[in-house]
Amino acid sequence: MSALAHPVLPMADLLGLFAHFLVLSLLAIGGAITTAPDMHRFVVDEHHWISDDQFSASIAIAQAAPGPNVLFVAVIGWNVAGPLGALATMCGTLLPSTALTLVATRWGARRRETRGMRAFTTGLTPLTIGLLVATGWLLARPYVGNDLRALGALGLIAVSIVVMLRTRVSPMWLVGLGAVVGALGWV
Amino acid sequence: MPARNASRPASTADLFFTFNRLALQGFGGVLAVAQRELVERKGWLTKQEFVEMLALSQVLPGPNVVNLALIFGDRFFGLRGAFAAVGGMLVVPLIIVMALTAAYGAFSQHPVVSGALRGMGAVAAGLIIATALKLMPALASSRLSPVLAAIFSALTFVTIAWLRWPLVWVIAGLGPIAIAIAYARMR
Repeated sequence: MSALAHPVLPMADLLGLFAHFLVLSLLAIGGAITTAPDMHRFVVDEHHWISDDQFSASIAIAQAAPGPNVLFVAVIGWNVAGPLGALATMCGTLLPSTALTLVATRWGARRRETRGMRAFTTGLTPLTIGLLVATGWLLARPYVGNDLRALGALGLIAVSIVVMLRTRVSPMWLVGLGAVVGALGWV
Repeated sequence: MPARNASRPASTADLFFTFNRLALQGFGGVLAVAQRELVERKGWLTKQEFVEMLALSQVLPGPNVVNLALIFGDRFFGLRGAFAAVGGMLVVPLIIVMALTAAYGAFSQHPVVSGALRGMGAVAAGLIIATALKLMPALASSRLSPVLAAIFSALTFVTIAWLRWPLVWVIAGLGPIAIAIAYARMR
């Protein structure tokens, strides 16, 4: 299959795709990835625009590529309907949340020193850190097993943590190391 | 570690290129690199300010790092800054990921490619965990009291990573309690 030979989607379907991602944008509390299950339901189960494997590969490619993970949304759009599909899903995902974030932060910035706003950020900080640990944990879980490759993966995770804490090396080199170790079949 | 953000981005172009550079180093996600660049290298934010901005980015719907870029850019240069930061973060990575998507079909079955993806995924998990560990000192100086802050972090971790509750419930449930306690403790 060549990804370039994407299906041509009728305009009505493109608009439907755009509208669906518009709605998901406002539900994406905690990041775009939290709405991935519903994207899957829409483009794979309901409309059969792409396959299950294409959906998983879309997320993996975006994670492997440089840049924010939200780009998986563009990859899904591309696989559904080429460049226009990518445009529809990306704009749908970004427009509502961007508008809301700008309005909310400006509202908040004017009140940054008030007791209410300080309590808001102070109260949410521990949740944010807990959420980060949880994200790391969930990302690491698929690699936890009891074979030799799991040992390689855990070693890689441990090395990444230590290097990040102890040195100022760019994370990019660690990802490169991960790619090499993985390509050798050790993970 | 600067006590406060004495240095700041020089211009919107500075913002654009800084976010471009950090996005291009961000294989497997941008958050770890953003922390390193904005806090440790540039000193544009203190650890505390970074966590607070991240907390807002997570509570608001939409991709976290995109929200972070919007809030950061808006703080220094208003709307132009917000769009410069987000543009810097998205444009080049988007082109790269689209090119990879177009090429991926030909190589997806190759064990070296899938192995490399696994290796990079393991490192991405380690990077997130390391970022969380680095931000933990922010709990010690929390106005909530370090013990309460640690309890809220732990509860967030357990409900998300173990119990797999939807994030919206966790934030809507724990958030108001943490904010109320913080409010009561502030004079």
